[in-house]
Amino acid sequence: MEMRCERRVLDNGLSVLVHEDHGCPLVAVNLWYHVGSKNEQPGRTGLAHLFEHLMFEGSAHHDSSYFQPLQAAGAVLNGSTNADRTNYWEVVPTGAVELALWLESDRMGYLLPALTDAKFTNQRDVVLNERRQNYENRPYGRATMAMLAALYPPAHPYHWLTIGSADDLRATTLDEVKAFFARHYHPGNASLAIAGAIEPARAFALAEQYFGEIPAGPSRQVVTPPSFSPGSSRLVLEDRVELPRLYLAWHGPRMFAPGDAEVDLVADLLGNGKTSRLYKTLVYQRRVATEVAAFQQSRELAGFFQIVATAAPGHTLDELEAVIVEEVARLADEWPTPEELARVTAQAEAQFVYRLQTVGGFGGKSDQLNAYNIFLGDPAFFERDLARYLAVTPAEVAAATAQYLQSAGRVSVSVVPAGRLSLALADSEPAVVH
Amino acid sequence: MPAATADAPFDFPTIHKSQLGNGLAVWSVQHGDLPVATMVLLVRAGSSTDPAGRPGLASLTGDMLDEGAGDRGALEVHDALARIGAQFDTEVGSDATFLTLTTLTKFRQHGLALLADMVARPRFDAGEFERVRHLRANRLRQLRDVPSATADRAFATAVYGDHPYGHLAIGTMAALEHMTLDDVRDFHRRAYQPANAVLIVVGDLSHDQARVEAAASFATWAAEPSAGLVAAPGIDATGHAAHRLLLVDRPGAAQSELRIGHVAVSRRTPDYHALVVANLVLGGQFVSRLNMNLREHKGYTYGARSWFEFRLGPGPFQMSASVQTEVTAQAIFEAVGEMVSLRGARPITASELETARATLTKGYPRNFETADQIARSVAQLALYELPDEYFATFVPRIAALQLGTVQDAATRNLHPERLVTVIVGDADRVDPSLGVLDLGPAFRIAAP
Repeated sequence: MEMRCERRVLDNGLSVLVHEDHGCPLVAVNLWYHVGSKNEQPGRTGLAHLFEHLMFEGSAHHDSSYFQPLQAAGAVLNGSTNADRTNYWEVVPTGAVELALWLESDRMGYLLPALTDAKFTNQRDVVLNERRQNYENRPYGRATMAMLAALYPPAHPYHWLTIGSADDLRATTLDEVKAFFARHYHPGNASLAIAGAIEPARAFALAEQYFGEIPAGPSRQVVTPPSFSPGSSRLVLEDRVELPRLYLAWHGPRMFAPGDAEVDLVADLLGNGKTSRLYKTLVYQRRVATEVAAFQQSRELAGFFQIVATAAPGHTLDELEAVIVEEVARLADEWPTPEELARVTAQAEAQFVYRLQTVGGFGGKSDQLNAYNIFLGDPAFFERDLARYLAVTPAEVAAATAQYLQSAGRVSVSVVPAGRLSLALADSEPAVVH
Repeated sequence: MPAATADAPFDFPTIHKSQLGNGLAVWSVQHGDLPVATMVLLVRAGSSTDPAGRPGLASLTGDMLDEGAGDRGALEVHDALARIGAQFDTEVGSDATFLTLTTLTKFRQHGLALLADMVARPRFDAGEFERVRHLRANRLRQLRDVPSATADRAFATAVYGDHPYGHLAIGTMAALEHMTLDDVRDFHRRAYQPANAVLIVVGDLSHDQARVEAAASFATWAAEPSAGLVAAPGIDATGHAAHRLLLVDRPGAAQSELRIGHVAVSRRTPDYHALVVANLVLGGQFVSRLNMNLREHKGYTYGARSWFEFRLGPGPFQMSASVQTEVTAQAIFEAVGEMVSLRGARPITASELETARATLTKGYPRNFETADQIARSVAQLALYELPDEYFATFVPRIAALQLGTVQDAATRNLHPERLVTVIVGDADRVDPSLGVLDLGPAFRIAAP
């Protein structure tokens, strides 16, 4: 099982990846910029994501909505920003490939002449509303902010959430936005994947035709996080919620680093689905929780592991914590059974096959090729990525559990109904969230 | 800017059909090079067939199917699903229940056997039922704090009243407290009958294979003709709204969650295609009037949209957005204004029509890329009894729509005078500004 891919690098430094698949008359255009909220500075958080919004507001040779010509051509399109990267994609019918490439190239090469204060102000208001909708006005919406702020020191670029702080967004100026573009949006900091019903020779020729003239930019900004010693903290947030919820987080391996696949499987064993250990114990047998989840968040500079559990009425977060600590110890001490491990690796293997089903969009083949290329310099890593999971042994699962989930630097965030601080883990301190 | 050129031709999926001796329809589509198969089992019973006084029963029954079935207990069912790497979900909609299972080709027969156990041989164990009921009660408690869920529930009740379309599939706390395992058993007996279901299999297989594999798992599913099938009551398409403006208080909320709409048309309306196009102009995609106005010009919201929900009975037309508290009244004013002007002052333009038609026609093959997409699309044909050639005729039908036809359908089916507006937000800050809407005083209701 593989994801075939040809790669060429244009003279200006742009990586071009092509994957041919004629299953449907569609072509996916997917463009990654190796910049995210980790490239921001304290005081100007949220800039990378706000900038992503401005990429849809027109460029020098098409100074109006980016969506209009594409939706009129039957395309779907979107973009997203996370801590490490920003991606933009279109899935177009075969007749609109050149339209999509032209539009992507125009905003890579010629965005600033069309960027006005009015567009900037409008999209800042939109982003502030996105923040209200997805964080401020959503139950438990501020928990991850508190958790990241406690896991990483203030100077660390993972200290803040990609959405940024509302005050920082309001303080950002148009000149800062323009400087951000000049620093990060250029061919050498980008990777273009074209996947679908297109011959590779034509795809490479079109990439050269539309992107070849864009000048190379400055060298890529390498972000070096400050070193720090992980500390433990216990925090509490009051929120408009009915049931208290516990967030536990530990430092984990970086993306693709040794241990990363192992803790991914630890997350599945502990918290993925009704057969996972924590679901069985907390929700099914003891019924002290209504839901539980576990996952490894692999990032470029560092990873973290999270367990999230919501208490059933009448039960405390201290009870949940005790069971979680017990189950983590059991996995570290007794190892998973071979059948258990076979179950989660079978699930992982099936997921890899399912990932081959779509050419475009978030998580489609073009998006995966860019991820492997940007983070590993190896777009054909798909097969070896799967091999990482299939090679994990019960002993390695146990060792990774002990190394990462029994380490000293653990952060807990208790989210409790307003006025019910006593439901939080004992000795928790109020979290301050900006 | 390079113009879009002609697209490559596309062969829409061909559906093959047969029927098992017990009455179960088996449909299959041969698809793709990947070793992946998706099965959908459609049961013609959803929240609209919840019996009176039992809102949520169809959904509760759907929840119990994977809590022990055939030879397996609850955890064993999920262990078996995990071992074949299955993606499994049960979706209880207004008019039907869909069990969807995707697995690898090598596990296809195993997946079918699990599906058959769940629909035909659920255990309905009393202990599992009590556990599931508690989890649902807690879910309902939590939904009170989710503004979008509160708005959806309040809107459905406001426009449909006591009709089953007046509640969401999850039902209500009051009903849940009185529901028993016998209710579930009875609903299952009256809804989960082979002749009331369609099995759709999509993957790398011939119809002969699909039929043989389906029979191996489903042939023992016995029909029970005496049970009497569940049915949805009829509906007054003009709605039951007692109030035009409803306000659910959420003190201190940073935004107001809005739902504005009315009872509209069923999936069987002859205006279906024209209304899909008209809605794309009003609020169906990013460049639609609602989003361009409320988001891209005013910055009131992260996004605004509208849709007709076409169901077996007259479904709702809705406009929705979550807007900054300070501009709640202006946002409602602008949204209603867009709907009103589409019918009069600013009719649909030729260029808007062209964009909307192209969105639908040129983008159509995108809906048939994966086995899962094909199986779910085919399930819609089964539910609404649409012809086999429906997919192939969709594009020419949309392309043939004239401006006058689309405008006329919009004008006849959008009813500003019937609009009901639901606001979930900070009542003390929002209420004083609502006078400009000329809808009378806001009627305050508790979160459902």
